[in-house]
Amino acid sequence: MGNDLVVPAIVAVTLVTVAIGFYGLRLARTTSDFLVASRVISPTWNAAAIGGEYLSAASFLGVAGLILKYGVDVLWYPVGFAAGYLALLLFVAAPLRRSGAFTLPDFCELRLGSRRLRTLATIFVIFIGWLYLLPQLQGAGLTLATLAGSPYPVGALVVGVVVTANVALGGMRAVTFVQAFQYWLKLTALAVPAIFLALQWQADGRPAVTPPDGSTFRTATTVVVEQRAVLTLPDGQTREVRPGDELSFAEGEPVPEVSGVANGATDWLLPNDAGSGDRGLFATYSLILATFLGTMGLPHVLVRFYTNPDGAAARRTTLVVLALVGVFYLLPTIYGVLGRIYTPQLLVTGQTDAVVVLLPEAALGAGTTGRLLAALVAAGAFAAFLSTSSGLLTSVAGVISTDVLGRGSVRGFRLATVIAGVVPVVLALNVSGMDVSQVVGLAFAVAASSFCPLLVLGIWWRGLTDAGAAAGILVGGGAAVTSVLITVLGPALTGWPAALIAQPAAWTVPLAFTVMIAVSLATRRRAPADIGRTMLRLHAPDALRS
Amino acid sequence: MAAEDAPPAPRRPDPAETSDEPVGSGPPARTRVVLAEVSRRPHWPAGTHTELTQQTRVGEALIRGLVRAQLALALQLSAVVLVGLGGLPWLFAVAPSVGRMTVLGVNLPWLLLGVLSFPFLVAVGWTYVRLAERNEQDFTDLVQRPER
Repeated sequence: MGNDLVVPAIVAVTLVTVAIGFYGLRLARTTSDFLVASRVISPTWNAAAIGGEYLSAASFLGVAGLILKYGVDVLWYPVGFAAGYLALLLFVAAPLRRSGAFTLPDFCELRLGSRRLRTLATIFVIFIGWLYLLPQLQGAGLTLATLAGSPYPVGALVVGVVVTANVALGGMRAVTFVQAFQYWLKLTALAVPAIFLALQWQADGRPAVTPPDGSTFRTATTVVVEQRAVLTLPDGQTREVRPGDELSFAEGEPVPEVSGVANGATDWLLPNDAGSGDRGLFATYSLILATFLGTMGLPHVLVRFYTNPDGAAARRTTLVVLALVGVFYLLPTIYGVLGRIYTPQLLVTGQTDAVVVLLPEAALGAGTTGRLLAALVAAGAFAAFLSTSSGLLTSVAGVISTDVLGRGSVRGFRLATVIAGVVPVVLALNVSGMDVSQVVGLAFAVAASSFCPLLVLGIWWRGLTDAGAAAGILVGGGAAVTSVLITVLGPALTGWPAALIAQPAAWTVPLAFTVMIAVSLATRRRAPADIGRTMLRLHAPDALRS
Repeated sequence: MAAEDAPPAPRRPDPAETSDEPVGSGPPARTRVVLAEVSRRPHWPAGTHTELTQQTRVGEALIRGLVRAQLALALQLSAVVLVGLGGLPWLFAVAPSVGRMTVLGVNLPWLLLGVLSFPFLVAVGWTYVRLAERNEQDFTDLVQRPER
């Protein structure tokens, strides 16, 4: 654990982020600068900034952890996280930019002219924002605990406090340059070690990822169990382990099978087949739906589109984001796969999210190279926590200060930031056992069942009414929120109820669309009178506008 | 360099908002930072078409046609993704042998999902941007033709 380079690397990233934030703020703080900036910033820079804000702890740590644990079936997470931008591009990007709406509540009011709907949207923005902030803080706690040996709450508290203070003091107003820098830092921090890891794997004689007689420990390993599980030892005995148990394995000893993890080669390597039942297929499709349609409803994603000068630029920017994010998502798979060889102990401890930060030292040894690369990865991970949390916190605090506190003053914004920051920190200190990517997946499910129908129908269908929109958000989004609360707080379920609750999108998204359309048809008279103008404004080509 | 994400303050009129928009010649018009309430009245420059701005039946039909074309395009490309990517879990489920195939030592599902899906998504996105811009160009030509 004693990598003395990790803490300096993390501190450096934090300081650079704060410093660029303050410096950039001084350069661009008036409305006119804002206006000018949106014209000079090229789609490429803008896209890097959007990608920088988007690639969170879930992408940086969580995806690799899930792949290590569950294998091929969870490759749908990175595919879906990227494909979300395609859905955004196809249905939302250009019209939303032309609408002039800055946040989702703005869009509600602009399209449907209802203040009550605006309030409802505000509540959902806050909920999704908090749900998304939670795993960022968890990831921070985990990273510091793994690499620097600090207790779990320290990392969560540090990131929570740094980001809250920074946003409240105005230092990190999601300056385009900072976010773009974070994207390239994150990409480098995964790509460079990945090259070294691949070379090391070659040098080790390309050990099989799924050896026919099971994985073995490459070195003598002692693990401390973090999650309750049942181990099946090679001789067929089972043993229940609890958090805190210490287990020792000799070099070459086979890795025990762990309950709740894809163990065997077929399980991990092959998609869930007919044998595992329809539930696996349902979960896969549900996940696909949530991630494909959820991205457009994330509060910190939409705000960024405002930097584009017009609708056509918004489209081109989204396309570049899709490409940048796609390049990034090639990398976590490498970590998940090699983690199977070099860090099998994580399967036993349950801390699979730590694979990205542990793998460099595990594979390359604790020499200078290994330690440097581990520090680089840790720096990238912190860039992920800081950028995503800052973007989310800014969005959540923005809606709290304008729509809940009702004042747009700086002091109100600061108060709102503190409120917005404290809640997820408290939650993060109490929830540590969940996979980072799974919590994020739930946030996507809520966004897909509330804001996705609102945006898609609001942009493309003249018949949407405020009553229909509110009913759809309440029923569909409410069902998704209930599922999330049951998953996080409720008792463990089995069978179909578990599948329906753990990945709710496959039923909550169609439900939200159906209710929204049905209620809109029933309340046809409430459709806004100026809908023709609004449609014109959303869809007329930029060339005709100015 | 820009500072965005300033807390949205929809009830505060922006000075940039109330000033008149430059029309036609001169430097390119400014991008307006508009928030919900103040932005309900789209400004239509005098040069554009009365059919569109005054909500005549012709203008209504024109914009309906464009919206329909763009929506059809988006739906068609979604269908491509739905079949291309969305069909995979089903394919692997009904024909497990496909999941067992290997290409260059890598199992096919890993290759398809972990690598090829990303360029596929970008290709679909690129096609969309091209075709959507063409739709808009056609629309602009249609609207501007009578005046030229």
